[in-house]
Amino acid sequence: MKNLYALLLGVFFGVVLVKSEVCSWFRIQRMFRFEEAHMYLVICAAVAVGALSVLLLRRLRPRTAQGEPIEIRKKVFTKGTVLGGLLFGMGWAVTGACPGPIYAQLGSGAYQAVATFAGAFAGAYLYAWLRPRLPH
Amino acid sequence: MDNLLSQPWPWYVAGPLIGLMVPALLLLTGQMFGLSSSFRHLNALCSPRTQIEYLKEDDWRREAWNLFLVGGILVGSFLATRFLGAGVPLLPQESGTGPGLLSLFAGGVLVGFGTRYADGCTSGHSITGLATLNWPSLVATCSFFAGGLAVVWPAFWLSR
Repeated sequence: MKNLYALLLGVFFGVVLVKSEVCSWFRIQRMFRFEEAHMYLVICAAVAVGALSVLLLRRLRPRTAQGEPIEIRKKVFTKGTVLGGLLFGMGWAVTGACPGPIYAQLGSGAYQAVATFAGAFAGAYLYAWLRPRLPH
Repeated sequence: MDNLLSQPWPWYVAGPLIGLMVPALLLLTGQMFGLSSSFRHLNALCSPRTQIEYLKEDDWRREAWNLFLVGGILVGSFLATRFLGAGVPLLPQESGTGPGLLSLFAGGVLVGFGTRYADGCTSGHSITGLATLNWPSLVATCSFFAGGLAVVWPAFWLSR
């Protein structure tokens, strides 16, 4: 059931990514060149709605569909937060896709995104392999 | 209605809908919204006999919801393109050439490596992390933008 919910939310998210053109290389370029506010406004509106919802969840403490209490986990700071973040940003600018949009580009039939997906798969594997030798 | 749906959605529609992914996923599955971990799970799924600790430790069967989520994105983006009139090109024409595909692959390596090293991407850090007021996610988000600017601006100047 949990997986079915995740699948349905994925379908919803895929529609939004395509219809808002957040997964468009052109939109990402115009964002980084400060030519267009679209991406910034989308992200800010998403964070605002997300933050408000999280505030409500913390107040009302509802249970999940599985009947468990909601646990909001925090990510910790490491050197990777900055170093990995910089590398990802560079890749985002080159490919016009962060991880979600890679799948959205594939689904919408942009066949070139297969190269991006293969790269990301290889890159994640490279990280897994080099992890013991990287500063954290 | 038909016309509204076939137009690109404005930020004040798309942004809130993206933000709602955070509570929706928490309520329906108890999980934190994030997509870059899908690559770790796919790596682990494809290498069951690996000796690499990061992949050995990954219980992708327990995290299967994440793979269903990205599977859903494939379906949703297909449906939106097919039935909601979103026929605009998402990538430039040149990206289909040999050098273009090579640069997408190289950029993809940076995306896969960088998001795992940073433990999150735009969804995990910039949406979920910022929405939960988690300061490392703000550092991550600033780093994403710094990295992007460092690529786009030199390329922009060189092309002029």
